[in-house]
Amino acid sequence: MKVSDIVEALSLKVCSGEQGLNNEIEGGYTSDLLSDVMGNADSNQVWVTLQTHKNIMAIASLKELAAVILVKGYEPEADAADQSNKEGIPILSSEEEAFELTGKLYKLIGD
Amino acid sequence: MDFKFDIEGGNFSNAGTASSDVKKVLKKLNVDPKLIKRIVVSIYEAEVNVVAHAYEGEMNVSIFPDKIIVRIVDKGPGIADIELAMQKGYSTASPEVREMGFGAGMGLPNIKKNTNELNIKSTVGVGTEVELINYLN
Repeated sequence: MKVSDIVEALSLKVCSGEQGLNNEIEGGYTSDLLSDVMGNADSNQVWVTLQTHKNIMAIASLKELAAVILVKGYEPEADAADQSNKEGIPILSSEEEAFELTGKLYKLIGD
Repeated sequence: MDFKFDIEGGNFSNAGTASSDVKKVLKKLNVDPKLIKRIVVSIYEAEVNVVAHAYEGEMNVSIFPDKIIVRIVDKGPGIADIELAMQKGYSTASPEVREMGFGAGMGLPNIKKNTNELNIKSTVGVGTEVELINYLN
């Protein structure tokens, strides 16, 4: 499954990093603690969070994540979006809360 | 082979830059990707500790045929009780830093989990030296 597939299936807004929409997804991780994601997420996963600052992109890049999805309609801070464009790792935004979004993602990616 | 990267204390917008540079070097040298993943987790945590707690620091990477040693040395407040700092969930990070999703007391445990050897030397009021050793085999 590609990032563009979940964008379409879950009506996500693409905030930045469009060139990474073809990144392959192999699972996901939901957490707002950066060290938790650093220690436990795996490469090619999508990361669901409410954190919007630039450090999410440092994590996403170092962990080689497929994309970051912000919940509750949050948008990335400007420098986070810049970094996302540079790295080619999309930041997406969902109107839903983390619980609902993660449930739908789990179903999509697991199927 | 030795490489040195500077870390700026207090500046979260650049946190992870040194780790990213080290990762690029290790990739170029064809280090085992699994080992790179482990090293990246531990050096990022060590770098963020410098950013969150110290005034300035540097990351020194030494690559030997059988091991990779990363030393993170900072000028800062030091750690009064290293055993306490190693405990999961313990942190002295400020409320602002915690709001960003840092300071959950997971950094040093993350480092320990992802290194073969972790050595910490610290002097209160002077600074901290963290040595991470990973063996290649």
